[in-house]
Formats: sequence, structure tokens, C-alpha cells
Amino acid sequence: MTGALETHLRARRAEGAKLLVPYVTGGLSDDWTEVVAAVVSAGADAVEVGIPFSDPVMDGPTIQDASARALARGTTPGSILAQLSRFDAGVPLVAMTYYNLAYRMGDLRFARSLAAAGVAGAILPDLPLEESGQWEAEAAVAGVETVLLAAPVTPDDRLAAIAGRSRGFVYGVSRMGITGERASLSTSAGVMAARLKAVTDLPVLIGFGISTAAQAVEVCAEADGVVVASALLRALLDGGGPEEAAEFVGGFRAALDAG
Amino acid sequence: MTAAEPMDPTPHPAPSGSPSGGMGEPGSDGRFGDFGGRFVPEALVPACLELEEAFRRSWADPAFRSELDALLRNYAGRPSPLTEASNLSERLGVRVLLKRDELNHTGSHKINNVLGQALLTRRMGKRRLVAETGAGQHGVATATAAALFGFDCVVYMGEVDVERQALNVFRMNLLGTEVRPVASGSRTLKDAVNEAMRDWVSSVETTHFCLGSVMGPHPYPWMVRELQRVIGDEAIGQCRALLDGGVPDVVVACVGGGSNAAGIFSGFVDTGARLVGVQPEGGAAIGRGLPGVVHGSASMLLQDEHGQVSEAHSVSAGLDYPGVGPEHAHLSAVGRVEYPSVTDDEVLDAFGLLARTEGIIPALEPAHALAWVVREAGRSIPSGSSVVVNLCGRGDKDVAQVAALLAQRPPSP
Repeated sequence: MTGALETHLRARRAEGAKLLVPYVTGGLSDDWTEVVAAVVSAGADAVEVGIPFSDPVMDGPTIQDASARALARGTTPGSILAQLSRFDAGVPLVAMTYYNLAYRMGDLRFARSLAAAGVAGAILPDLPLEESGQWEAEAAVAGVETVLLAAPVTPDDRLAAIAGRSRGFVYGVSRMGITGERASLSTSAGVMAARLKAVTDLPVLIGFGISTAAQAVEVCAEADGVVVASALLRALLDGGGPEEAAEFVGGFRAALDAG
Repeated sequence: MTAAEPMDPTPHPAPSGSPSGGMGEPGSDGRFGDFGGRFVPEALVPACLELEEAFRRSWADPAFRSELDALLRNYAGRPSPLTEASNLSERLGVRVLLKRDELNHTGSHKINNVLGQALLTRRMGKRRLVAETGAGQHGVATATAAALFGFDCVVYMGEVDVERQALNVFRMNLLGTEVRPVASGSRTLKDAVNEAMRDWVSSVETTHFCLGSVMGPHPYPWMVRELQRVIGDEAIGQCRALLDGGVPDVVVACVGGGSNAAGIFSGFVDTGARLVGVQPEGGAAIGRGLPGVVHGSASMLLQDEHGQVSEAHSVSAGLDYPGVGPEHAHLSAVGRVEYPSVTDDEVLDAFGLLARTEGIIPALEPAHALAWVVREAGRSIPSGSSVVVNLCGRGDKDVAQVAALLAQRPPSP
């Protein structure tokens, strides 16, 4: 059965839209759910909600800072999900975190708590294909779509397997490295998107280092959409709130719509 | 394995369910019972597979083994002696034998692992090493191998450790390695591992992650233990010459990640020896931790109820780590190895005791193993027992820190 995340993203793609998925660290500030609402109003097709982890090895300094700040405020998986359960974003939400938080709670219980809070999908970057089978099965039972990541070094056979098992969309990592802003788009971003498009009909989103609207437009020549994280979080860490977030995401939306 | 013994390229039986704990090859998914695995981002999976393949092929290749054995002998100074600690034995009423891995080049057992990984790095055609370090012993060993092999090398070290192990930072710089202080999190070993992994994921096509302990994603816990098993293989041979019956009653080693312990235990796991891995009280992942997944494998982990990793606290930078190697979690779960803990005070006492009685200044890490022997001699270690202690590092690096700690202590009554 196709889940809410995939259904929504496919529908938007069918309308001719390029997909825009901003990332917001849960619990970053008192008004973080208002930031989520603001980026949705500004044209996000889904929102990634980061559940902060103490040791985010795939993340660069910006998301590390955001995670540390959220944790220092007493943020827990439970506090984020409690806030989300009282909130209707209007688009599908995708939780992004590291596996230990799910492992500690138990895969099925964690997946069910996501679903109960209205979260449609989950991204766990430290669960590669060989380790994610049990989680994917439990998540499916709970009705949560597991989005898998592909990397530029992923060989073709693994790429097909990743695309085959991913739900919601498939997340192509633009370059070898961690999350964080970059002045220019790596040439591997377009290659990653084209390779994924060749093996799947799932929406293909590219993330890691998409820092400007122009870069988003460039990568969407091949990809169905982009994930934007560090550049948005930088604005929030520098003191921005819902208004600044909306302005930032609105800029990406307008550029993508203009092509 | 020493050079004189025949090569054994055949896989050891999987340890799962084995009452001895086995210490053979993990399952194909890198599991030791319920622990281990390969919890890494997709971007690192090909590198882990390449490393597993390179290690598997090399470890079965007599040419690789003899090249490594020659390096260990002629460069690192192996075999290390097994020293009868007569004065300490008299004091404690148990017979203490010290496996002198602190006499290795660079001052600890870390060189055993690093020389093996450096050879593998060259075989894989890579020319850059990244490593994490806590006390600096692994960093110095890696910097040493990088100099010897002509590799570029970056070592990540928590800011707290950079401060308390300034001498080792200077040593690494002398050896041509760049030390990058890590300011995130607890600014100790855990955060150095995070930063080394971040570097590796960004540079994996040219860089080998020279991980220093029996942790991380498969094949590291298995590979590093195999590269350290030379300690256990030598020790059991030396025990045959020194002890009636050839097997000591107790084998003791300190455990942070647990590489020196895994190395010496692998020589004795199939004997009747009591095996003891001594943890710092503030970093006792086995006992105070819960099952968790961090740094690439499932193991026991100090963490809060939500799964956020806790900060360890230990006088020893090398043991200041909230996790433990997955095979140790397994050896504990099957009951083959005990993992008690000792306090910083007990460690400082044992540090001084060995210096005064034997003229050997141990590193703070193996002082944990000694502290447990001092506490348990005549109690859970019956008088007259024979005890092998893995003296895995020398204390030169710790002298300034110990001086400062002793100055803070109230005078003895």
C-alpha cells in the first residue's frame, strides 16, 4: 500500500511541481512548530523534522549545533512527538534521526509513536540496507514509510535495491560527505539524481549541501526535488524565526516554480 | 600468532551460542551474538566491504603475515616479555605476571593494530589515514605508522584530551601528523570518533580510517582483535614456560573500547583461565550501560532513557568512552568474561604501587587492571593464584597528570 508521503509527493510531481522538503530540528526553539507551519505556508511539499541525537555523525557543524541546542533545552523524542500530535502541518512530515533512539525505545514502539504523532515517514541514516530490514518491517506495520539513502559511491546493484526498498521517496546524497552548506553544487549531485531516476519511479530527492535556490534549480534538472537543511537552520541559529524561515523557503519555492 | 606457528587461513567457527564465547570470526553480518553489525551511512558501506575483503584476503596470505610479523619483531620490538613481578607478588600474596606491552615501540599495544592496518592501507591503494585518539597512544601509534609508510595523517582528539595529554600532541606533530582538536560534545574520545567518521565519509575514496579499538562497524571489531591477538598468543606460550600446567588462574586487562583485553583474552579464551576486563567506574558500559547503537555497532552503551549517549568520566583519557567493543558485550552476555570496575582513587594507588614495588610506571589504563588485582588479591583471587596482567601502556604520558592529581589529594593519615 502506498503511504501518505509517497502519495502526496507523486501527486505534486504529477502536477509538474519540483518537490521542496525543508528540514527543521525539532525542539530547537519554543516556536519550532510555528517554523514548520511557516515553511509549509511558504511552499514546502513535506517537512523533515530532526529528532536530535547526541552523536550525529552524518551531520556538519550547523545541524550539530542545532541538535546540541535542542538537547540543551531538554528536548526529547517524546517532547517533539507530543508537540507534533497537537499540530496539523498540512503536508506529510518525515522524522530524521539516528537509529539508537528507535533502538532504545524498541523499533515497533518508536514507529508507532511516530505514526501516532502524525509523522508519515522516517529517515535513519545509520541504517544501511543490511541493518534496516527489521526496522523497515516494523515501520511498515505501524504505517510509517522508511526513506532510504543512496550515496555517490553506491554501486548500481545496491542502488537498485535501495530504490526498490525505499518508501515515500528515495534520498540521494549529493556528494561524499556530511550535511552542510556549500558554495557550489557538486557535479556528483546531478549524476546521483540521474542514476536514481534510471532505476526507480519513486520521487527522487537530492540533499546535502543544497544551499541556494539556484543550486536547487540546477539539481532539479535531473531530480524531482531537494531537501534543504543546513542553510535554513543557519538562518534559524542566527536568530531567525518563522518569518525568516518562510522567506528563505519561499525563495526556493519561487525559483523552483519558475524553473 | 607468532611467526613460528603455522598459518591458519580457515575461518574460526562463529561464536554465537558457544559457551566459551569463542572469539572466532563473527557471523557474516558482523555479529557477535546480539552485538556488532555495521550501522554506518550508505556512503561508508562500500569502504567497509572493501576493508573486510582486503583484511580477509591478507590475513589468509602468508606473505602479508610474514611482512607484519617482521614489522612487529624488527620495528615494534616484539615479542614483549612476560615479567615475574616478585615484589608486588609478595605484597599481594598472589603471583603476578606482567605482559609487558608497554615496552613496544611508541609505548603501548596500539602499534600492533596500527602496523597491520597500515599494511592493509597500502594494499588498498590508499595514502591517507585518519584516526581518533583519547589518551593519545593510538594517535601516536598511527602517526608513527604514517611516518614509516609515507602516508598523510590526521588525528582527531577531544579538546579535553589535547589538554591533559599535551605531550602526545607534540609527539604526533613531531611525527608529521596534524592533530585536530574536537570541540563538540564532551570533547573527549567519543567526539573524536564522531569527527574521524565525518572526515572518513568525506574522504573515503583516498582515506583509511585507522580505528584504534575493537569497536566500530564490521570488520573493525574482528580485525582489530585479530591484529591484537599476538599479545595473547605470545602470553600463553610464555605461561607454558613459566607456570606448572601452563595456564594462569586469572588473566586481567583494562577495557575502554577493549582492544588490549581482546588481544590477550583471545589467547586464553579456550582455557580454564578466569578472564577479567576492568572498566573505569565512570565508564562501565558493561554493568551500567544498556544495549545501544553508536559508532557503527550494537553494543553496551552508557546512555539516558531516550537513547542519548552519556559522557563517560575517567581519570584515564584512554578509557573515557561510553561504549565498549561488541565482542566484549557478547563475552559478558555468555558469561565467559567478567567486567568489574574500579575507582579513580584505586587506580592512582595501583599506579604508585607498581612504580614503587617493581620500578615500572604503568599507564593509567593498565593501572585499572592492577587496581582490580590489588583489591581482589586474597578475596576473589585466592592467595597463591597466578595472575597475568596485560600492562598495555607505559605511564610517561601520565606523569604530569598524576602529579597534579596527587597534589589535590588529602594527605594520607
